[in-house]
Amino acid sequence: MNPSIEGLDTFPKLLMHHARARGDRPAIREKDLGIWQTWTWRDFADEVRSLACGLAAEGLERGAHFALIGANRPRIYAGIAAAQCLGAIPVPLYQDAVATEMAFPIRNAEIAYALAEDQEQVDKLLEILPQCPSLKRIYYDDPRGLRHYDAPELMSYEQLLERGREAYRREPAFLDAEIAKGSGEDTAALFFTSGTTGVPKGVVLTYTNLIERSRVVAEWEGITDRDVVLAFMPPAWIGQNIFSYAQPLVAGYCICCPESAETVTTDMRDIGPSYYFAPPRIFEALLTQVSVRMDDAAAPKRALYHYFMGLARRVGERIMEGKPVGLWDRLQYSLGDLLVYGPLRNVLGMSRIRIAYTGGEAIGPDLFVFYRSIGVNLKQLYGSTETSVFVSIQPNDRVKPDTVGPAVPGVELRFTSERELLIRSPGIFKEYYKNPQATAEAKDAEGWFHTGDAGYIDADGHLKIIDRAKDVGALSDGTLFAPKYLENKLKFFPYINEAVCFGHGRDKVCAFVNIDMEAVGNWAEKRNLPYSGYVDLASREEVYALVRECVEKVNADLSREREIAGSQIARFLILHKQLDADDEELTRTRKVRRRFIGEKYAPLVAALYDGSAAVHVEAQVRYEDGRTGKISADLKIADARTFGADAARRAA
Amino acid sequence: MLLSVEGVSLAFGGVRALNDVSFDVRAHEVRAIIGPNGAGKSSMLNVLNGVYHPQKGKITFKQKVFADMDSHEAASMGIARTFQNIALFKGMSVLDNIMTGRNLKMRCNFLQQALWIGAARREEIEHRRAVEEIIDFLEIQHIRRTPVGRLPYGLQKRVELGRALAAQPELLLLDEPMAGMNLEEKRDMCRFVLDVNDHFGTTLVLIEHDMGVVMDISDRVVVLDYGRKIADGIPEDIKNNKAVVDAYLGVAHA
Repeated sequence: MNPSIEGLDTFPKLLMHHARARGDRPAIREKDLGIWQTWTWRDFADEVRSLACGLAAEGLERGAHFALIGANRPRIYAGIAAAQCLGAIPVPLYQDAVATEMAFPIRNAEIAYALAEDQEQVDKLLEILPQCPSLKRIYYDDPRGLRHYDAPELMSYEQLLERGREAYRREPAFLDAEIAKGSGEDTAALFFTSGTTGVPKGVVLTYTNLIERSRVVAEWEGITDRDVVLAFMPPAWIGQNIFSYAQPLVAGYCICCPESAETVTTDMRDIGPSYYFAPPRIFEALLTQVSVRMDDAAAPKRALYHYFMGLARRVGERIMEGKPVGLWDRLQYSLGDLLVYGPLRNVLGMSRIRIAYTGGEAIGPDLFVFYRSIGVNLKQLYGSTETSVFVSIQPNDRVKPDTVGPAVPGVELRFTSERELLIRSPGIFKEYYKNPQATAEAKDAEGWFHTGDAGYIDADGHLKIIDRAKDVGALSDGTLFAPKYLENKLKFFPYINEAVCFGHGRDKVCAFVNIDMEAVGNWAEKRNLPYSGYVDLASREEVYALVRECVEKVNADLSREREIAGSQIARFLILHKQLDADDEELTRTRKVRRRFIGEKYAPLVAALYDGSAAVHVEAQVRYEDGRTGKISADLKIADARTFGADAARRAA
Repeated sequence: MLLSVEGVSLAFGGVRALNDVSFDVRAHEVRAIIGPNGAGKSSMLNVLNGVYHPQKGKITFKQKVFADMDSHEAASMGIARTFQNIALFKGMSVLDNIMTGRNLKMRCNFLQQALWIGAARREEIEHRRAVEEIIDFLEIQHIRRTPVGRLPYGLQKRVELGRALAAQPELLLLDEPMAGMNLEEKRDMCRFVLDVNDHFGTTLVLIEHDMGVVMDISDRVVVLDYGRKIADGIPEDIKNNKAVVDAYLGVAHA
């Protein structure tokens, strides 16, 4: 890689370097009023410079925290860089969090200055203002709807920028001196992890953590300044931030901000990113869309699609990995590429993808293979906020779908006797903010980070993760019970959106299921099955039969794996509502909060285990605006067939 | 005063749709017209933008007095409207539909448009920009290219509002903007209506049946019943007005 970035140990230094080295190359693009607007590296650096001077004039000091709340917008990223120029610490917060969830990080990090994207975020900040005495300034980007707001804390981004330009004219050397004061050991950013249990923790990452990891992986994967990324996940999530802030500043590539959350698919097609990261659920949603539309297509098209997808499943991956494939199959695959795979990649906006990652959750084998077989180089990656993301990545030519690949250069892996994975790398976080106890629990004296994930290294040196170490439990007869493993198996069916399994310390495994409204709705329409909404659809006998089939397939599958054959799902029910982060049932990154759900729906769990055939439920739901409402329903409980080891062999 | 209606009467043969109705609309206010079915609300709106021609009375709009309005004239003077039953071009995209709202503002002739050179091109870019701003304002970027016929009802209503806004009206007439919407769609629409009023300074006259909505968003309310005005005032007064309550709930005839 480019040796010229050696010694540039902070993001502001890297930014100024890019403004000099590739000033006219695109740094950020944003679709505004239907047209992609480009900010070059020089534009971006100029904006950051003015903004930083503005923040300095406003009194933001070295070491202070600066909150940023908004979607992927150039100005949010400029805000992050501006704070870092001054040695202040940016704290990106989830833009879809409700107001009360924002109060904790703001109080915890004693945040005085915040940049909010729009009225929605300003409203939330004003709402929690009484609980957050430290907060004294709220800057807003989009002024729409804020004309009549007279809170003294408010100031527009434009005004701030104007102040900055003035300050810069008065004292042009100030900022460069501030940037030069920064060093790699300083804190680069504070990321609050959503926390599957308890209160969120602020993960302190240094410049060295983020820059070193980004650089190593960019070199390892051959990422250059010609790459293009579409940023569409929350910037408060390290999984987005590393690809849309840290790594572009290291490699000098361009990031693109979609017009709105609803336009991501169209924008992706416009841009054709070459480098892509998304959690499995995004890939799943895309595939569901494709399948639904294929089902509606005319018979010849459908036949063509199914024929070539069959071929792709057989040889697609081998062709991508450069393994030997017969000439006839190769010829057919080329034809398929012309007729099906190419157009399909184009529709998905994946025509130009060189490297696509997925991570954060397990990905279904069918889903994973689908993308690879049509020629999208999708790979799994393992990491977390605490490890600056990159721990292990599947290498281009040796992808094993059920593992997350071998460790990336610079990472050491080790396991405790309880199978918990320990990691040591230059990317390991400094500490949890103001939480020495949690820091001590997670990071030992030798610098090993305790991930809390259970897994092992397979014969080829690839890392395999099975579940959270603390969630791995046992049924009352001692059978191993890995709930997430079961839930993932269920979720891999298109009809099932979420699942929650119970069984630790009990005599059998039971499950809550959330159906996928789009897939099941379509399925119902095809069968002329009328329904009035989610609750109605979820309680249909036919839908229960459909889900039972899925559960039984999982059971048959499990019966083939000796260690966990005993943890087959005996009974299940379909929940009357979608599990939702607003109701605290999921984390903001959409991980199931099993214990919370178990307590919240205790009567349902009890009914699963006491053999009753139905149960009445009343539940509180929280709407997006924070109001609450109630829904009630009678839920059926269904039994599913389980398989003995012999039965499974017969079935197979 | 932006608009005033004085003694307007409208009859279709023997049916007296409006009977000596007078009211006014101040600049920048949200003015609601309410009343039971058949009270003459839509007829009133149709009189205002020149679809119906009243037999008696006069209309003053921007200091000009009219015995009746002509719909083309009304549009060029800055009156736009939406319809109770969505009247969009179903086969055209959202973008094109909203673009039709700019029709009156196009200055180039047919030949220039056909060749798409010079002025015509500049003009189209300028109009497209205005339309994009509306798309952004109404948060419908994701359906920009979707044919309107494929959209759910609530979004179609929003597109119709967009087309009316494209004419940059001073006075916007909304005929039941929230009819047939669910709670969430209504809430969105309310916000857009208020934002239009606040952001563009547009004066709004709206007909609405949802009393919650009317009382929340309007500055003043006119109540019609059997073609007559029975009340006029701020929402609080209307809520407690006996004639209004009687008109809605009916009175026992002794």
